Amino acid sequence: MLTTALGLVFFYAPLDADQGFVQKIFYIHVPMAIVGLCGFVAGGICAVMHLRTREARWDMRSYVSIHLSIILAVGVLVTGSIWARASWGHWWVWDEPMLVSFLIVFLLYATYWPLRFSIEDKEKQARYASVFAIVAGAFVPLNFAAVRMAQQFVHPQTLATTTGGMPPKFALTFVVALAGITLMFITLCKYEMASKHATFRLRALRRRLAGDDDFAATTPLRSAAPQL
Amino acid sequence: MLPALPLDEAGRYVAAAYIVFVVLIFVYVAIMASKLSRIEREVVELADLVEARDRAAAAATEPERARETV
Repeated sequence: MLTTALGLVFFYAPLDADQGFVQKIFYIHVPMAIVGLCGFVAGGICAVMHLRTREARWDMRSYVSIHLSIILAVGVLVTGSIWARASWGHWWVWDEPMLVSFLIVFLLYATYWPLRFSIEDKEKQARYASVFAIVAGAFVPLNFAAVRMAQQFVHPQTLATTTGGMPPKFALTFVVALAGITLMFITLCKYEMASKHATFRLRALRRRLAGDDDFAATTPLRSAAPQL
Repeated sequence: MLPALPLDEAGRYVAAAYIVFVVLIFVYVAIMASKLSRIEREVVELADLVEARDRAAAAATEPERARETV
């Protein structure tokens, strides 16, 4: 899907009349931003499920979703800066609401790991992290809506409805790129969760094999990652 | 809106953005692959441990069986 998206970006989508070739950055920048923000919200929803059911797997899903969204957010900030440099002549513009609000969301979520790591008790850690994920997850769409409603529009509106939206060729390329990044996000989530499950099962098996006497030696070190 | 950059100049920025994306994904996958290889090593370790345990158990039961046959 990503390969198809790249093919469409460079061989199918026409050049933008205003921005020219630089506009191609949007096919990677905007889908990453959308999937990243949806990942943060998904992390919040999983956290709600964790608090409702007290099942560790929901905490794990929330953790993995936020983890991957943070990685995408780094990509969004860097590619956005590259676009800003090409288009505006500056790497960063502090009076642009979209940029600053995204940075705030990123910095907010950057405190997720220190929060988890600071709590030693695993039960408490999972509970506090879930509360954080819910509050931060609710902040993301509110923040996005506030920026969209702001009067000062400098940042281009990719999903604008008032200007008639994107032409069909642009829209198709964008949708394929969005689908590609969404599928990549889901695949990487499953990959990371499978890896974490395997790690915890191995640890449990090692504990059983080592016996209760060696329990202290096989107890995992303090970690920000959830325990299953 | 500002006028479009010439292709040679814009190309560098577009290439940089796509390289950032590829590098991010590559680094993530590489880290996950290293974790996976660690899991594989641990599985081998545990398999060895189980095998050693089975051998020890077999060795412990062997003299008893020998005594019974005598």
